[in-house]
Order: sequence, then C-alpha cells, then structure tokens
Amino acid sequence: MIPSVKEKRPLSPHLQVYKIQITSLLSIMHRGTGIVLYGGSILWVLWFLALAAGPQSYYRMQEFLLNPFGLIILIGWSFSFFYHLCNGIRHLLWDIGFGYDMPMVRFTGWTVIISSFFLTALAWIFGILYERIWL
Amino acid sequence: MVQLRLPPNSRIEKGKLYPSSSKGPRMKLFHIYRYDPDSKDNPRLDTYELNLDECGPMVLDALIKIKNEVDTTLTFRRSCREGICGSCAMNIDGTNTLACIKHIEECKSDIKVTPLPHLYVVKDLVPDLSFAYSQYDSIQPWLQSSEDPPPDKERLQSKEERAKLDGLWECILCFCCTTSCPSYWWGGDRYLGPATLLQSYRWIEESRDEATGERLDALEDPFKLYRCHTIMNCTNTCPKNLNPAKAIGEIKKKMVERVG
Repeated sequence: MIPSVKEKRPLSPHLQVYKIQITSLLSIMHRGTGIVLYGGSILWVLWFLALAAGPQSYYRMQEFLLNPFGLIILIGWSFSFFYHLCNGIRHLLWDIGFGYDMPMVRFTGWTVIISSFFLTALAWIFGILYERIWL
Repeated sequence: MVQLRLPPNSRIEKGKLYPSSSKGPRMKLFHIYRYDPDSKDNPRLDTYELNLDECGPMVLDALIKIKNEVDTTLTFRRSCREGICGSCAMNIDGTNTLACIKHIEECKSDIKVTPLPHLYVVKDLVPDLSFAYSQYDSIQPWLQSSEDPPPDKERLQSKEERAKLDGLWECILCFCCTTSCPSYWWGGDRYLGPATLLQSYRWIEESRDEATGERLDALEDPFKLYRCHTIMNCTNTCPKNLNPAKAIGEIKKKMVERVG
C-alpha cells in the first residue's frame, strides 16, 4: 500500500471498544502498582530524612502521614506493595510455564486480588495492635 | 509513545438509525462501525434494528441480513461461516471473535460491531492485515531441512512428536489474538504478536524441522518476542480456544534452556 493512502485510513478503535477483562485489568494494575511503589520508595526516603533531621521534622512528617490524606497514601502504598508482590509471584509461575490455561488464569487472578486485600488489612491490623499493645 | 486516543481522522461519529420494518417480540439493535474511503467523513456508528425471529442465530447472519435487505454497502469479510477460514474476525461486544460462531443470544444488550482493533481500516469492518501477514512471513512458516524428502514416502513423525503440535496447528490466522493484545497495539511495529509467535512455536516444536536454532536466534530481540507481558488477552479471546500466551511462554523457556 502507498504510504500516503495508508495514512489517510482511520485507525480502528482499540482501548475505546475493548472490554476490560480480568486479564487486562490485573495487568494494568501490576504496572500501576509498580509506579506507586516507585513513588512510595521516595516517600520512604523522605521519612528517613525527616527522622535523621531530628525530632521536630520527624514529628511534622508523622503529622502529615497520619492525617486522613496521608493515611490514604499509606494504605494505597501498602496495598500496591502486596498486590505487586502477589501478582509478581503469579508472573514467576508463568515464567516457569505454569498457569496459562484460562480457568487457572482466572483462579490465580482472583487469588491475587483477594490475598492482596487480605494482606493489606492484616498488615494494618497488626500495625495498629502493635502500636496499642506493645508501644 | 503510547497513543491512547484515536487520531482525529479516526474518531467515531454518530451515525444513522435504520429501524426495522417488521416488529416482533425479539428485537435487537446492532451498532456497526462504518467507514467509506470514498468520502472524506470520519468513521461513524450506524444502528440497525433487526427482528431476530427473521434472522439466523449468529452475528454473521445478522450482518448478511443487513447487507441483503437493509444496506448493500455494508462491507465485511466472510467465507466459510463455520469458524475455519478466519475471515470474519472482528470485535463484537468488546472482544475479538469470529462473527460466524458468535451467538447473538450471548450478547445481553445491544451489539456493537467494530473492526479488529488498532489496524488501518480499508472499509467498514475490513481492516488492513498486510503488516501482520508480513510479520507471519518473517518467521519462515515452512519446513526447513537440509535433506530432501525420501522419494517413496513422507517424512515420518512419531505419535508423540505429532502430539506436540496439537493446540498449534489448529490456528486459522484470524488475528483475533494479535489485535486483542495491548502490547501489540502500541508496539506492533516491532513486536510480532501472539498469532505469529504461536506459529513460530509450531515450527520450533516440529520434529522434522532442522532450523530450530535459527528460529530461536531470530526471536532473540528486545521486541519481537519479549514484548509479551503475559497480559493473556490473546488466550482469553481466541475463538478456537487455543493458547498463544502459553506458546509464547514455552518459547521464552526454550530461550533460557538453550543457554543452560
């Protein structure tokens, strides 16, 4: 085909029409949570810097993190961590050749979703209990 | 760079409504992608109302009925009407499949029909697949052997060797899988896509083929094979229930195995 003719042709719709499915949704979430983890690690370094700079800056950092907005960031970050971890294990299983059949893909997919919510809740419950009881 | 939006000349506009002349208890609306290369207009989505009591059970039956009785300019590819030629591959109700084996009943509400995703549209539901075909050609999909075949018989294969090709030879090259893959949408100029890679694996697994090493060498590239991120849309959409993602995974395994 002559390029000039080809360029005039419209591109068929893709993202606009393609149904979101457990396959593509979990894949884009893996990428999304990966990006959140990247940002989260910067936040972590900032937290350490605040800690190193003395009690006053540490107090201010804690104040920021423990207000509702900060908590949303922390919960989102911890969920991203557990999701990326669980789905990462799923990717490793694929890499050794396991779990390619659609029923297994759906099963491992739902397992990842449920266990990342569960692990996030567990981590927060453990964290709160730790603070209340031992500290 | 990933282009999420369609280019300005590709954005779909509102089209015409063709109400059905006959009415019945089972009416259905079909929203069909229309593009006329002879006009300067953007693609549009025309709506056709059909009485399902007067129509065959498959989406292809509906398309043929529209072409015969409502609008003869509607253009689509079809041939065997039994899922073996791969001509009527298109996006129906949000996923790629063959119109001839997709039941109208499976779609709960209105049915949206668009061409295979992220391809250049020749007319209506006919996309240009020549680039995908050239990628298929690039993997040299034929038997390669240094020896001539025996003069009096075929090249033989054991039952076990033959069984390794099951799930691979059935591919009809409809490119439903390739055009369902987001990685192919945005990297298809260099990534070969699931259909071509499944075929590549078919020849890698072929016991009578002697070019296995060369075939793997040819895929040792950051894009051709490794742009597969195991999204699994391909396997989910294959109208023949094959598993291109698994074939790609097996190629990746072979790449590691031969390094040792």
